[in-house]
Amino acid sequence: MAQTPVAAPYLHADAVSVSYGATRVLDRVSLTVARGELVALLGSSGCGKTTLLRSIAGFVVPTEGRIVVDGRDITRLPPEARGTAMMFQSYALWPHMNVAANIGYGLRMRGKPRDEIAKRVGEMLRLLQLEGYGERTIGALSGGQKQRVALGRALAVDPSVLLLDEPMSNLDYRVRLELRHELRALQQRVGITAIYVTHDREEALTLADRIAVIDAGRIAQLGTPDEVFHRPVSPFVAGFMGADNAIDVVRSGDAWSWPASAGPGGARARAHFRADRARLAPPGTDGGRGTLAIDGTVGQRVYLGTQYRYRIHAGADDFWVEDAERREEGAPVRALVPPEALLVFPAAA
Amino acid sequence: MTSIGGFRWGETLARVVVIALLAFAIFGPLANLVLWAFAERWYFPHKFPQEIGFTYWARVFAPRGSALASLWTSVGIACLTVLVTLAVAIPAGYALARLKLPARTLILLVFLLPQAVPNLPVYVNIARVFYELRLNGTVTGVVLVHAAHGLVLAVWIASAAFAAVDASLEEAARNMGASAWRCWTTVTLPLALPGLIASAIFVFLESLDEFTGTYFVGVPDVTTMPLLMFNASMGGNYQIASITALLLLVPSIAFMLLVERFLKADVLAMIGR
Repeated sequence: MAQTPVAAPYLHADAVSVSYGATRVLDRVSLTVARGELVALLGSSGCGKTTLLRSIAGFVVPTEGRIVVDGRDITRLPPEARGTAMMFQSYALWPHMNVAANIGYGLRMRGKPRDEIAKRVGEMLRLLQLEGYGERTIGALSGGQKQRVALGRALAVDPSVLLLDEPMSNLDYRVRLELRHELRALQQRVGITAIYVTHDREEALTLADRIAVIDAGRIAQLGTPDEVFHRPVSPFVAGFMGADNAIDVVRSGDAWSWPASAGPGGARARAHFRADRARLAPPGTDGGRGTLAIDGTVGQRVYLGTQYRYRIHAGADDFWVEDAERREEGAPVRALVPPEALLVFPAAA
Repeated sequence: MTSIGGFRWGETLARVVVIALLAFAIFGPLANLVLWAFAERWYFPHKFPQEIGFTYWARVFAPRGSALASLWTSVGIACLTVLVTLAVAIPAGYALARLKLPARTLILLVFLLPQAVPNLPVYVNIARVFYELRLNGTVTGVVLVHAAHGLVLAVWIASAAFAAVDASLEEAARNMGASAWRCWTTVTLPLALPGLIASAIFVFLESLDEFTGTYFVGVPDVTTMPLLMFNASMGGNYQIASITALLLLVPSIAFMLLVERFLKADVLAMIGR
């Protein structure tokens, strides 16, 4: 597995396992995060990404393994003694306190003097462009404002690690895009170490320094966004990162050819590729050296705005290709996939 | 439903009649009560009192009148009952709402049980046991009986009030450095407070109105308002009984208006869950 060298690990989850009864939610997950780094835990719901976050926060006690932050073993500490700060998916702002009281709560619990709390709350409100909102009640805020207050509350205590549990999932698409960049800029400015749980691959790609793709309680791949996107190590990661077209191919010479059954009996494999990396051409077109050619007919057509997305039926295989030209259903086409777009994995046993 | 100009006379008339009947069923007996409270003289063939006045009110509110004394007894017992009930209902309600007790539903049903069996045999037995414990005729005994009665409602409402507090709000407090106890006092309790106040009001009113248990355990040493009312009407003293009844209505109505404010939909939705 290609991994970028990581500076001295600041947070180290060492072979952490979590079981609920007989169900093993996390299976010996190891993860290191450098100081100031933002790592995204990416996976579909139920894969264990939130459980890993919650075991770092202290809401879930690992059945095995250790969690070390800045040289301190926090595995068995109660949540309040960990110095982590979590941003909840629901924001979890306290409706009986105003914005300032929500942001200042952590400092109040740490026994800070009143004027110091007020000063820090003022700083946070400025940082998050919420000046003048201190006296507002939580119910009077929009979704985006709540999100910022929740972030302010977490940052106010100067946490060792900022834990973000799908913080954008309750927001409108446009607000989400805007806040994504704001959050990234803020995280880099403050220089805080952060772990960001999401099921949205675009969010992970734009925000994270490194991405851990999690599948069924294990880390399927850990790497930079570029590595995970372009060099997925398994069919699962390839599919999750958008290369969800998969067809059986066979080795012929120094290239792959389709269909696998018609090949000269070379090694068989499963090839993944992205819908936007293939193109459609008239039947018989020669795609050039190494290009995989698949003959089929046009099925369903989906309009995407700048182009169309076609479902191509090719023998027993079905896949999607994006193409600018408008084509009619049933028309014969040849799909061409350049060799650099092919992600080939050994055929499943 | 009704188009402009298509005013449906039949439907409207039916509604008016139904509402009027309902109003009569509710306010008719109350009107009789009011009449009796002010009647100085009212004998059979007459439809209305022959003389009205405040004589009996003066007697009820006389500095040494038994009515005022029993009013304070009632209020005192009701307050103590609320304290005893909440002391049990708050921890029990929280445990039922938060901890994953395997027999949650069963426990809630057990609290309902005293309501399911007939009251009278229960109270007769309680009276017997209390007699041996020398609790008969004491305020403590009456408070315990009232608390046992009020506990059902109090535990159910309290557990609903705690269940309506999102667990992530507590997690956020712990995450921000609050110990379990400070999290409870700064987040859980304040958020559940409206529901708890509502349950306290219900218990208070139940205690104020309670008759059977008080009759078996309290008599003759502890005289609450309902007992005074009972004695007065048994003695043919309808004026005193009516005035007492009206006095009992005041806190009921006042608190009912309050309860409506405190019991929010999210709490009501959690009752019995």
